[in-house]
Amino acid sequence: MEFDQLIIGLAGVIATASPIVFAVLGETLTERAGVINLSVNGMILLTAMSGFAVAATTGSVLLGFAAGMLIGALVGAVVAFTSITLRQSQVAIGFVLALMTRDLAYYLGSPFTGQNGPRVPPAPIPLLSDIPVVGPLFFDHDLVVYLSFILIAVTYLWLFRTAPGLVLQGVGERPASAYVRGVDVNRQRYFYTILGGALVGLAGPAYSLSIKAGWQGTISGLDGIGWIALAITIFGGWNPLRAATGAYFFALLQWLSLVLQPVLTGIPSQVLQVAPFPLMILTLLLVNFGSTEWVRRRLSALPEDQRRAVNALIRRLNVSPPSALGTNFRKQ
Amino acid sequence: MQVEFRNIHKRFGSVHANKGITLNIPGGCIQGLLGENGAGKSTLMKVLSGFITSDEGEILLDGRAVTIPSPAGAIEQGIGMLHQDPLDFPPLRVLDNLLIGGRRGLIPDRRAALKALKEIEAQFGFSLDPDAYVDTLTVGERQQLELIRLLWLGARVLILDEPTTGISAPQKVKLFAALRKLSAEGRTIIFVTHKLEEVYQLCHRAAVLRAGALVAEIEPPYHTENFINAMFGGEIPTPPRQPPPTTAPLLALKGVTVEDARLQVGPIDLTVKAGEVIGLAGMEGSGQDLLLRLCAGLLRPTGGEIALGGRALQNATYHQFLRNRVKFMPADRMTEGLVAGLSLTEHFALNAEVHGFFINYKQAEQTAVERIAEYSIRGFPESPVESLSGGNQQRTLLALLSAPLHLLLLEHPTRGLDLESAVYIWKRLKERARSDGTAILFISSDLDEVLQYSDRVLVFFAGRASVPLSAMQTSVEELGLLIGGVPLETARSTAGMHQPEALSR
Ligand SMILES: Nc1ncnc2c1ncn2[C@@H]1O[C@H](COP(=O)(O)OP(=O)(O)OP(=O)(O)O)[C@@H](O)[C@H]1O
Ligand SMILES: [Mg+2]
Repeated sequence: MEFDQLIIGLAGVIATASPIVFAVLGETLTERAGVINLSVNGMILLTAMSGFAVAATTGSVLLGFAAGMLIGALVGAVVAFTSITLRQSQVAIGFVLALMTRDLAYYLGSPFTGQNGPRVPPAPIPLLSDIPVVGPLFFDHDLVVYLSFILIAVTYLWLFRTAPGLVLQGVGERPASAYVRGVDVNRQRYFYTILGGALVGLAGPAYSLSIKAGWQGTISGLDGIGWIALAITIFGGWNPLRAATGAYFFALLQWLSLVLQPVLTGIPSQVLQVAPFPLMILTLLLVNFGSTEWVRRRLSALPEDQRRAVNALIRRLNVSPPSALGTNFRKQ
Repeated sequence: MQVEFRNIHKRFGSVHANKGITLNIPGGCIQGLLGENGAGKSTLMKVLSGFITSDEGEILLDGRAVTIPSPAGAIEQGIGMLHQDPLDFPPLRVLDNLLIGGRRGLIPDRRAALKALKEIEAQFGFSLDPDAYVDTLTVGERQQLELIRLLWLGARVLILDEPTTGISAPQKVKLFAALRKLSAEGRTIIFVTHKLEEVYQLCHRAAVLRAGALVAEIEPPYHTENFINAMFGGEIPTPPRQPPPTTAPLLALKGVTVEDARLQVGPIDLTVKAGEVIGLAGMEGSGQDLLLRLCAGLLRPTGGEIALGGRALQNATYHQFLRNRVKFMPADRMTEGLVAGLSLTEHFALNAEVHGFFINYKQAEQTAVERIAEYSIRGFPESPVESLSGGNQQRTLLALLSAPLHLLLLEHPTRGLDLESAVYIWKRLKERARSDGTAILFISSDLDEVLQYSDRVLVFFAGRASVPLSAMQTSVEELGLLIGGVPLETARSTAGMHQPEALSR
């Protein structure tokens, strides 16, 4: 493969990852607050369809994205209301909504299937896009991709560098402690479930108006991505940077399985197509390997300073979910 | 700040937890609050700290009636509560813990928090690493962190609910020094405890609750019988010591070593007779907890042999240990021992010897009624376990240990229990040991308890165990020295003991 081709391929990886980035960032925020929104898969389909429908009808891409975010926020609000106010199981609600929103997307979307519609125009950034290698990789995309970069940074900074972000971490870890400190736990949960929903709602239009422009009904090829996004949220340890890395990694695996098809002729193409999924799980295992009893035992034999360093590394890699994830909070 | 309770009533369903409590606490005073398990101490403190609202009555601060709608509202009024299980954020760093819910604003002011941390630490001789993760701290250090946070937020009344149960002796000394200093500055401190000697050491005055009512206010000079009479309505005879059993050996450890990420323990040689009670003393995390988990089958030894009744168990699974009638009772009763959300009846149903496919609720309820009476648990068969007071949860755990056992392993069996309950529970345990031949190994940080109820004592220091000491021939002073790492010979001469007689191994 030529070097240029490689760069173009990798730029494609970065672009195709951006909807997944939106979804994992949204889900990361929601789960950080202690709520699981399992309906991501259906939400992506529903917002892809409605984003496209609105954009095609009005001719405005911007309105398409606004519609996606609004619907995402609405689904988030339903999850929040049923799980926080009505105290129903978040898992059950999530599954039902995942199926409902998916079927709704296919049903309501049928008039728009295969239609032509507007798409987000490419917007190479002047000067920056001319830099060799870096330019085509990062600065020769459309606004959707740039937005994904910005949101990664904003979410990360919000979570780890601001006071409200610190409160968010606390709410997901130990709501009782947050409550004692005067935090309205349930209001926080509502807020981040709706905000997270709105971010997931960006993912759909990002597909239907940019990455895979158009709406093709059941053959849009979007079904399943939401489930991967949920896995990546976990793989990312509820950290926006790591979650984004996971999204890029997954897009990379998908691209590799495509470009390697002609090279690895011995392997059936179906195997290559599904390979990204088990590979993702394997990576997850490797990342969490450090916390196993076996490794800890071996470590205790190391001299003190080395052990410290290794322990610090493991601590960084090791992920543990927000302790209050999926639970209800009652005062007292 | 002066705190006054006027006629506080609180009912939980049919339980009348506070029955018209009227108590006036002058500013700058360290007020002790005592009472048997379930007397209503925590309830009263939760009313003051805004966790629950009283059904009747009012609270006055410096003579001004106030309403305290929430814990955050309490801290605004200057009332801060230190919970027994510190309400902090274990996976976050020390500094972040201070910052959450602190001053508002978008960017947290780390520098100000760090400065406050250092200042308050300097006052009390605490030293916490601001970048350390809270889950790497000891309970005592987490308590210090909470104290710092409350002071930073301007608390002028501090409530401490059984603060000394999980902390080491040096940490307790530090805590007491800090509390004295705070009271000298004019802050009011309410100190809930079961330990009379802590009241004697620390408190300017004490109040006793019983069955929800205030029954006595006691001022120095303190007399133990006044407290005991007020709390329990009479004396509590401590059972007389019995000579150690002379039965056949039951549990044999030969050169056993065990380790976790932090500590290597052993080699330990120990033979325990049937019906013998062995106390394990030592600073928290010196290896005694690993030995207990090893004997429970929760940890595999890295070397050596374990035999129970002649059967080798060093490679056995936890399940095989259970089948050999070994039972472990961990210290953390709510997370490891009891299931939150299940009622007493359901616990007895889970615990039933014969498991059918369907639950025999009628029988389970009957068992529950019997055991509630037998162990005088303050609760009903349908009460969810988390609504029980701490002491009653402990009684429940013991009541669940019905089947005959060979080996019983206990971690802090009387932590959080009032004196009467502790004596009662040990009476039951001793009966078990003597009549069924159950060998008991237990950890306790209360050296008086270790001496009073063990036949022999093992002292742990940094993963090494002392030779088993006969409880008759050692003393609290000697144990204290051994816990601090002083070698046995030195400890013996320092503690002024006679030459040890031949120690049985
Ligand atoms: N949330 C609740 N729901 C129902 N009953 C409760 C609740 N909280 C406390 N109780 C009951 O109120 C009574 C007083 O409990 P409280 O926790 O105040 O006792 P305590 O004096 O702190 O005891 P301990 O020394 O064991 O901690 C107990 O009978 C307890 O079962
Ligand atoms: Mg209590």
